Amino acid sequence: MNYLSDVGALARKDLRLELRSRDTFLSMVLFVVATLVVFSFSLPAGTAEEASYGLLWVALLFTAILGLTRAFAAEREQRLLDGLILAPCDRSAIWLGKAIAVLAFLALAEVVALPAFALFFEPVTWEVVAAVVLANLGLAAVGTLLAAMAAASRARELLLPLLLLPLAIPIVVGGVGASISDDPGRFLGFLGLYDLIFAILSWASFEYVVTE
Amino acid sequence: MIRARGLGRSFGTKRVLRDLDLDVGERDLLVVTGPNGSGKSTLLALCAGLLAPTAGELEVGVDRGRVGYLAHEPLVYRELTALENLELYGCLYRVPERRERIGMLLERFALWEARHERVSAFSRGMQQRLALCRTLLHDPDLLLLDEPYAGLDEAGAALLDAELGALAGERTLVVSTHEPERVAALATSRLALG
Repeated sequence: MNYLSDVGALARKDLRLELRSRDTFLSMVLFVVATLVVFSFSLPAGTAEEASYGLLWVALLFTAILGLTRAFAAEREQRLLDGLILAPCDRSAIWLGKAIAVLAFLALAEVVALPAFALFFEPVTWEVVAAVVLANLGLAAVGTLLAAMAAASRARELLLPLLLLPLAIPIVVGGVGASISDDPGRFLGFLGLYDLIFAILSWASFEYVVTE
Repeated sequence: MIRARGLGRSFGTKRVLRDLDLDVGERDLLVVTGPNGSGKSTLLALCAGLLAPTAGELEVGVDRGRVGYLAHEPLVYRELTALENLELYGCLYRVPERRERIGMLLERFALWEARHERVSAFSRGMQQRLALCRTLLHDPDLLLLDEPYAGLDEAGAALLDAELGALAGERTLVVSTHEPERVAALATSRLALG
């Protein structure tokens, strides 16, 4: 019960900070919409719909990286992670609270991105929506862990994509597969399995990332 | 409460602390002095558990949740209000009767009127007073205060003098300062680094 109240307090704090600054959400929305607009002009006429779904997943992945780069900005700039890890709460609660906030920002950005995709490219099917939801869980889980690792580095803007992109390849494969396959259930199951494995790994390893 | 033998800490090739022996008993007040770069802040961060020693042994006989650590930075969110910051830490530290405790500390450090203002609008002295509220919020057994007088005006420093006077003999304190004369009367031991 204490664990959940810690997670709730930490997630509320991040959402409150974002409501006041709107830095992360606005930049994510502007980026994903601008990317989709550029893609809509760059795809040759008559290109197969598969290509457009591929571009959607590329846009969503880079939007997530943009949000994750700022995930620990307040903690990094003001050394606040020291204050949080000194508290007697389970340190994985810090990861979970932050991951919930990242998940909320991703979901809000996609509420704008998916209709924009439907406007410029193809209709958004339920398979795409289900794949995006599952992909968000995986990206928030592993991305929050890696963002905490990168936050301690001077080359964080470079380090985060370098660490995250290889680990996000299964998400792109699963997402594109679920979007265009005749058997989306197989790919959705794959995404669900990815989420489960990486959520457990990230939850268990966060303490070692933030402590010396 | 704190026992160090041959304690050392390096950052890369730079050795900040070397071969330090230290004993701080319960309810002692240790004053740590020394020039900039002598390792005062590093010693406090080691005692807080934020850093690990690179040489020697360090034992701190109190749980993480019973330590109050005042750092150079106030360790509060600039875009949250004073009240929101203390509510967050109060929840994480499981402070009983949280609202009453927060209200009492804000009053004591003359921040009650500013409790709904964002920390980004605070002066350096107000931020330091809020940091002291955060440090004392969970009524810790061990207080590690790194330059507690930094940024405080005379009124703020007097508030801190009174607080330290009340805590001395009741709690264990390690105070790193460039103004050792302010706590000299309360100190039970002194450590000069560098």
